Amino acid sequence: MKHRSVHDVSQLPTYGFGSISPIWWGTLGFVALEGTGFALAAGAYLYLWQVNGQWPIAAVPPNHWPGTAMLILLLASLWPNAMADRAARDEHLGRVRLWLIVMTVLGFVAVGIRFWEFAHLNVRWDSNAYGSITWFVLGLHAVHLITDLGDTVVLAALMFTRHVTGKRYSDVSDNAFYWYFVVASWVPLYAMLYGIPRL
Amino acid sequence: MTVSDATARDDLRDTHLGDAELHARLTRTWRTGSGWIERLSSVDHKVVGRRYIITAFVFLCLGGLSAVAMRLQLARPEAKLLGPDLYNQLFTMHGTTMMFLFAVPVMEAFAVYLVPLMLGTRNIAFPRLNAFSYWVYLFGGIFLWASFMLKIGPDAGWFAYVPLSGPDYSPGKRVDVWAQMITFTEVSALAVAIEIIVTVFKQRAPGMTLDRIPLFVWSMLVMSFLIIFAMPAVMVASTMLILDRLVGTHFFNPAEGGDSLLWQHLFWFFGHPEVYIIFIPATGMVSSIIVAFARRPMFGQLPLVLSLIAVGFLSFGLWVHHMFTTGLPQLGASFFTASSMLIAVPNGIQIFCWLATLWDGRPVFKTPLLFVLGFFFIFVIGGLSGVMVASVPLDAQVHDTYFVVAHFHYVLIGGAVFPLIGAVYFWFPKITGRMMSERLGKWNFWLAFVGFNVAFFPMHILGVQGMPRRVYTYLPEMGWGPLNLLSSAGALILFISFVLLLINVITSLSRGRLAGDNPWDAGTLEWATTSPPAPYNFSRIPFVTHREPLWDNRERLPVVTGLSVDSREVVSGTLTEAYPELRESSPEPSIWPLLAAIAVAGTFLGSIFTPWAVVWGSIPVAITLTGWFWPKGTPEDEK
Repeated sequence: MKHRSVHDVSQLPTYGFGSISPIWWGTLGFVALEGTGFALAAGAYLYLWQVNGQWPIAAVPPNHWPGTAMLILLLASLWPNAMADRAARDEHLGRVRLWLIVMTVLGFVAVGIRFWEFAHLNVRWDSNAYGSITWFVLGLHAVHLITDLGDTVVLAALMFTRHVTGKRYSDVSDNAFYWYFVVASWVPLYAMLYGIPRL
Repeated sequence: MTVSDATARDDLRDTHLGDAELHARLTRTWRTGSGWIERLSSVDHKVVGRRYIITAFVFLCLGGLSAVAMRLQLARPEAKLLGPDLYNQLFTMHGTTMMFLFAVPVMEAFAVYLVPLMLGTRNIAFPRLNAFSYWVYLFGGIFLWASFMLKIGPDAGWFAYVPLSGPDYSPGKRVDVWAQMITFTEVSALAVAIEIIVTVFKQRAPGMTLDRIPLFVWSMLVMSFLIIFAMPAVMVASTMLILDRLVGTHFFNPAEGGDSLLWQHLFWFFGHPEVYIIFIPATGMVSSIIVAFARRPMFGQLPLVLSLIAVGFLSFGLWVHHMFTTGLPQLGASFFTASSMLIAVPNGIQIFCWLATLWDGRPVFKTPLLFVLGFFFIFVIGGLSGVMVASVPLDAQVHDTYFVVAHFHYVLIGGAVFPLIGAVYFWFPKITGRMMSERLGKWNFWLAFVGFNVAFFPMHILGVQGMPRRVYTYLPEMGWGPLNLLSSAGALILFISFVLLLINVITSLSRGRLAGDNPWDAGTLEWATTSPPAPYNFSRIPFVTHREPLWDNRERLPVVTGLSVDSREVVSGTLTEAYPELRESSPEPSIWPLLAAIAVAGTFLGSIFTPWAVVWGSIPVAITLTGWFWPKGTPEDEK
């Protein structure tokens, strides 16, 4: 079929930030499906709580301090995360490197705290259903912490190579976007895991 | 030399190129090489889509053969062809294969192949993820069937109810195989769902506003959303099951505070939308075929799209109707009865819109349309028996009987397989460049239609007579022999119809009449390009002015210009208006998705033996993913 040119796209940019970027939408898709996973795991927790008269089952409530420390750390990380995002949007290499390193360090600290949390749950995964679901929810969130940390480490390393281009800045911004989800999901999970056993 | 001259030299655009040079350059940029590493590295949505379709049909064949074996066993009372253990494995393999390895993947496969073509773009979003998803799916399917060959095929049903599937009643590895097969296929399905959503949202041809999106694409979009919100449930459930079996958790163990109904809730929260994940794409196929053969645009496009979305939402409110016999509170049962009946309303609206389109059109009764008419007949019967089992008292009577087997085969084969076979006849010319035989096609249809009804209608009666599901044999005194024999005879006729389909496909590949670009004179964009399409799909990106673009522009296709011809670029635009925003580069081929899939498969396989496999497996997974994402210095990477 013959062509009739009606529109020219040659002057369009080759990358963009936020909802302009297809990767941002892909990240949002993963947030939606992983968010569903969290919601279902939380639903299973509430379901098991409801079918059992006693909660926690044959255990004392978990020590909440490691979880609280995690909450404080994650909420505090919102600021450097926003800085990394802003530096990426400004395409300022020095600041992007700085804030990615900060986020990498915070990510390692968060993973460390997560091990501390597991050690102070006061129940094993194989003790009873309460222990199983508590470990499951915490583990699911831990997988997200570790995944985002891995992503941040690779991006931080990339920003010290010759591959720094516009699209890389867009990637940094999308990585920051995913971290907001990791933080936001912890708030209700924290309230559930440490609050409900104390009711 | 000015900056723009330098750009023009380094990055040649399609604007002023002649057809021959455009074709040569775009082919060099987008083609899949012929070496075997290059083939394994392909990220072309058509190559991956074709592999997906063929693989899914191989699994249809395996699932179908297991059904034939079961029908031979049940043809007469006290038959000795299959023992109870093999029979248990066979019905589990049949259901698992059909649901997880055939029905969902085949629908996604058609989406992977057709959605980018219908949207007027050059590749799917995240093409490497697409290649990765195919390999993971393939490895998951091989894993399941290799286990079956090694006599460790799962045997607790495709739904793997606890406590039967738990550590106490299913020792050994059989259920672990089932649970990890779930992980393989769901990872793959979820990845494709995200690709489709982003492709539809961002990569539509300029001018394709929301109301100009083809109904087929709408249906695949709704399917993808259902996958995203439904499949995590079965992943959560199967992970809990494997943890119960492997590391001694107690999610489903009532003695330690667990609950076996938790499994059913999680499974059916996935399992009911699953039916619509299979059915909704089929409605998209029906819409495409009806518009092309009724020779007019769809009557009621807007109510059809709204019905698709309504079905999508409602499908999440029905899952408990699979659990009516578990002793639920009466209020819950009433609620789910009402919602189960409610979903018949948007489905009915769709059927009436299709009938109105045919009524007002000038229908051409080629094979694809015959399969759609067969779909109407069979699916409506399945829908009606669905309304019957939505009512609690009736459901309590026929639960776990052959009535339910009849019902869901009417819904799934009628609702999905008939449109799918119609779709094969409809798009085969586009995919291969050749037409399928109409004569064999008509034989194929009538044998399938008669065979199906003879095979499955008697099961309604057998169910009402009390014949339970999942029994490997029955006594002659029950009086079920004659109807079972009839049913088995129908199954053989249905089987022969599929043999005819296979013969038609194979002979048409080499001897079919050449199709040309648009053999059906259809209106959507996939027919604007050659058959089979060139590696780059469209030499210039179309500009869409109408819901059926090719009917609106019969002489000259409006196009956009300005894309690079020496590096892979697609147009990315706004969500609602598809107004162009970016010349987005599309990733070039890579072997890393295959390596990552191998690492992931090794991890999943190891995890049925030791939980440490997840820890150690994460190392190769991380290495391969980093290799995948690390820029290689190509123009696509460096923009």
